[in-house]
Amino acid sequence: MATSVIEQAGPQAHTRKAPTGIWSWITTVDHKRIGILYGVTAFFFFLLGGLEALLLRIQLGSANNTFLSPEAYNQLFTMHGTTMIFLGVMPLSAMYFNYIIPLQIGARDVVFPRLNAFSYWVFLVGGLVLNASFVFGAAPNAGWFGYANLTSTQYSPGLNVDFWVVGLQILGIASLAAAVNFFTTIVNLRAKGMRVLRMPMFCWMSLITQLLLLLAFPVITVALIFLMMDRYFGANFFRVSAAGDPMLWQHLFWIFGHPEVYILILPAFGIVSEILPVFSRKPLFGYAAMVFSGAFIAVLGFGVWSHHMFATGMGPIADASFGLLTMLIAIPTGVKIFNWIGTIWGGSIQLKTPMYFALGFIAMFIIGGLSGIMHSAVPADLQQTDSYFVVAHFHYVLFGGSIFALTAGTYYWFPKMTGKMLGEGLGKIHFWLMFIGFNVTFFPMHFLGLNGMPRRVYTYQPGLGFEFWNQVETIGSMVLGFSFLVFIVNIVLSLRKGQRAPADPWNGATLEWSIPSPPPEFNFAEVPEVTTRDPLWEEKRARGGHLPEPVRASGEGIHMPNPSKWPIIAALGIGVFFTGFLLGVKLPVILAGALLTIVAIFAWALEPAG
Amino acid sequence: MRLRSLPPGPVVRWVPVLALLLVAVAGCAQHYPQTTLAPKGDFAQMVDHVFRATVRWAVLVFLLVEGALLYAIIRFRGRSDDPEPEQVHGNTTLEIIWTAIPAIILVIVAIPTIRTIFETARVPRDDALTVEVIGHQWWWEFRYPTIGITTANELHVPAGRTVDLRLKSMDVIHSFWIPQLAGKRDVFPGRETRIWFTASDTGTFSGQCAEFCGIQHGKMGFRIVVSDSTGFGDWAAAMSNATGPVTLAEPATALDSLATAGQQLFTTKACVGCHSFNAVTPPPGMVGPNLANVGTRKAIAAGMLDNNNANLARWIQHPQSFKEGSHMPDLALSDGEVQALVAYLRQQRVRAPAPVAAPQ
Repeated sequence: MATSVIEQAGPQAHTRKAPTGIWSWITTVDHKRIGILYGVTAFFFFLLGGLEALLLRIQLGSANNTFLSPEAYNQLFTMHGTTMIFLGVMPLSAMYFNYIIPLQIGARDVVFPRLNAFSYWVFLVGGLVLNASFVFGAAPNAGWFGYANLTSTQYSPGLNVDFWVVGLQILGIASLAAAVNFFTTIVNLRAKGMRVLRMPMFCWMSLITQLLLLLAFPVITVALIFLMMDRYFGANFFRVSAAGDPMLWQHLFWIFGHPEVYILILPAFGIVSEILPVFSRKPLFGYAAMVFSGAFIAVLGFGVWSHHMFATGMGPIADASFGLLTMLIAIPTGVKIFNWIGTIWGGSIQLKTPMYFALGFIAMFIIGGLSGIMHSAVPADLQQTDSYFVVAHFHYVLFGGSIFALTAGTYYWFPKMTGKMLGEGLGKIHFWLMFIGFNVTFFPMHFLGLNGMPRRVYTYQPGLGFEFWNQVETIGSMVLGFSFLVFIVNIVLSLRKGQRAPADPWNGATLEWSIPSPPPEFNFAEVPEVTTRDPLWEEKRARGGHLPEPVRASGEGIHMPNPSKWPIIAALGIGVFFTGFLLGVKLPVILAGALLTIVAIFAWALEPAG
Repeated sequence: MRLRSLPPGPVVRWVPVLALLLVAVAGCAQHYPQTTLAPKGDFAQMVDHVFRATVRWAVLVFLLVEGALLYAIIRFRGRSDDPEPEQVHGNTTLEIIWTAIPAIILVIVAIPTIRTIFETARVPRDDALTVEVIGHQWWWEFRYPTIGITTANELHVPAGRTVDLRLKSMDVIHSFWIPQLAGKRDVFPGRETRIWFTASDTGTFSGQCAEFCGIQHGKMGFRIVVSDSTGFGDWAAAMSNATGPVTLAEPATALDSLATAGQQLFTTKACVGCHSFNAVTPPPGMVGPNLANVGTRKAIAAGMLDNNNANLARWIQHPQSFKEGSHMPDLALSDGEVQALVAYLRQQRVRAPAPVAAPQ
């Protein structure tokens, strides 16, 4: 059967053994292993960021609390934001890019497997450098958007901001390398017959995300270089006394920062668009509209950055333009929400755990979207911006949105990645605790913001009426924290003695469900060919509803890339290079790092690929 | 498609919602001196109109869309052995409708938005009272160029007269926020920004810095005292008369002996290096808040503590324990010295010369 997407029973020869041991993970170029590395690392950082948030919440649990010093509070809120964005949500998405995209497009790996390994190791180095700041008691303390001129050596003389600048530069390299890789992979490695409008929606949203990364990260890189110039070489980009302009930072930062929001949410859109059809047993409603609305959101995302700056007094023309463009984004976003509801409408909804989280995502994202529209009404934003109202808004988008969807993705794809099912019972307990804890934590922030509580204050005075809701939020945050303990227990139990996952536990529609769980190193013994958007459903219909469990093929004769130690060495070189700046611009260290990276890149280029 | 029974425990499911509603009601009984929801000035009023216009639509859309979502989840719940539902791929008419309806709602919201953007951006009338707002880490300075006085952390304005604020910063970016009178306006070094408002009610209001500005961003507040025009005139006249501290030399306001000791300490303990009592021609280089008439202020420590003996003593003795990182150092003062300084500062109440001159 030429168009079959099912692994045929190959000759039962000795199955090609995947190498084991730490060295095999350090040198791996297998997209699935790199995906797991991303996932485990990002989840660890995510828990760290969550722990930081709980400390912040304890501090705010009562008026004039002294649980945290002001300096500790400022470091923790800065690290919470920076960690959640760059070390939590982005790399958790990267886990799915790595693991799922090649499987969904019917590829055996990404286009540049070693660049892929390099991305991961650079990300790890960046995360470690950022967090090493805690060891020196000098964690970044100027907020995740590090507004100039507070970040100048005059107002931030310590290492804190240095760790932040350097950490972000390193992470930017990881993101750019990964974006090049996944963009090329999706464009070039799709299975035969998978025209762009047959691609799974997760691949589509990922493709758009890579484009956003490619266009947005150079901007923050330039801004950070300016800041490094100011801090290390006495340049005057943001120095007011030398006619520098702190507004320049705000524009550059948000030209990156707003697309960054879509970098955080578009993969979530993709994940949910995979889960809803499968658990409604009905194709995605309005596929083309979903693709184009995603693309439209991405394009508009580059034209709305100044809505973060309405309080700067840009003048009525700029305010009106950016306000209207921001409102415009509500239209494609609304299309997505309606199409998701259209997808489940008339379906046969199977309320399994991934579906709980996906539906929770829609419910919460609606709230974040609506408060977003309220911000686009510029005069109203003059009250809401920099208050707890905006904190509520972006947590509804990034937690209620991204985190709910990423968690849905874990329940959905965990069986594929590990060969084990996650517990349904614990999964549902996890969902309800997270759903209730999330709302109790973040919904009252709307009230606090409207009643005058600014964000980023380490304490508040009695008499302003802030005590009650802050106390409620702190209790909610403990429930939220506890829900993740349940999640961890679920994962551990599942890995230890979970039910074995079949190839296709959910009656999936896309190619990843056609191969064994977990997939063999080479993914597909035979590269599949597709003729529709839901190839596996078509196949199952053609075969009377069910498919036999795919047989593990030997994989003999399939050419896979060789493992390589050079990506991690190149990444270490980058770490050394930037550490040279942290040490106070130590030229020998900087040059040694650069040399190490260059040598490693040449070595990996000259090494036989496989 | 058959209608399935509700998922198990529908009552249980609503318990958290009901509980949340109950606490919401309980929370509403609170008093919020920094609320944006009870505007007491024209600017805040206009903003509030826009807010209410958007929130109405937001609540309506929220109810409809979440309702549709919940309905679909309950109505279309299936079992794994149910027959495959009809495979619908889309519906162009529907999709056009749900693209158009949000667009229409947005136009409705955009109209008051745009109108208010331009209304709030217009230049205030000529008879407006100009006040220069200067942000410092972590306190506020207010200068009245037309009256010729300077004060700190307590902005006095007359009700019914437009106040034209010109804002700038001496160090990093701050944001000036008086929720009940106006929205935020960022305060930049090397660049002047502007906002105006006309207070409609008299009273004392709270404001706070809203842009993260360093270690004590959390304690960079201020008060706004809105008086009728006579009250404001009296205040301005008294301030215009405050060209130095209230001292022994003025028989009308002679200090008691404790305060006299405080007067000595103010000089010998270096307070005088940063703080001036001269509201009219403060000496240059004063890096701390101006203390002219400080005895009459509602609050101390940048709006954070009520101005009374106990708070003032606590603040003077250990500024670093209440406001760590503040530029005011712990001077290791004894309890007696603190009491003397408190008495001195509390007696800084300059009276207006008679007859009261109307300020311009």
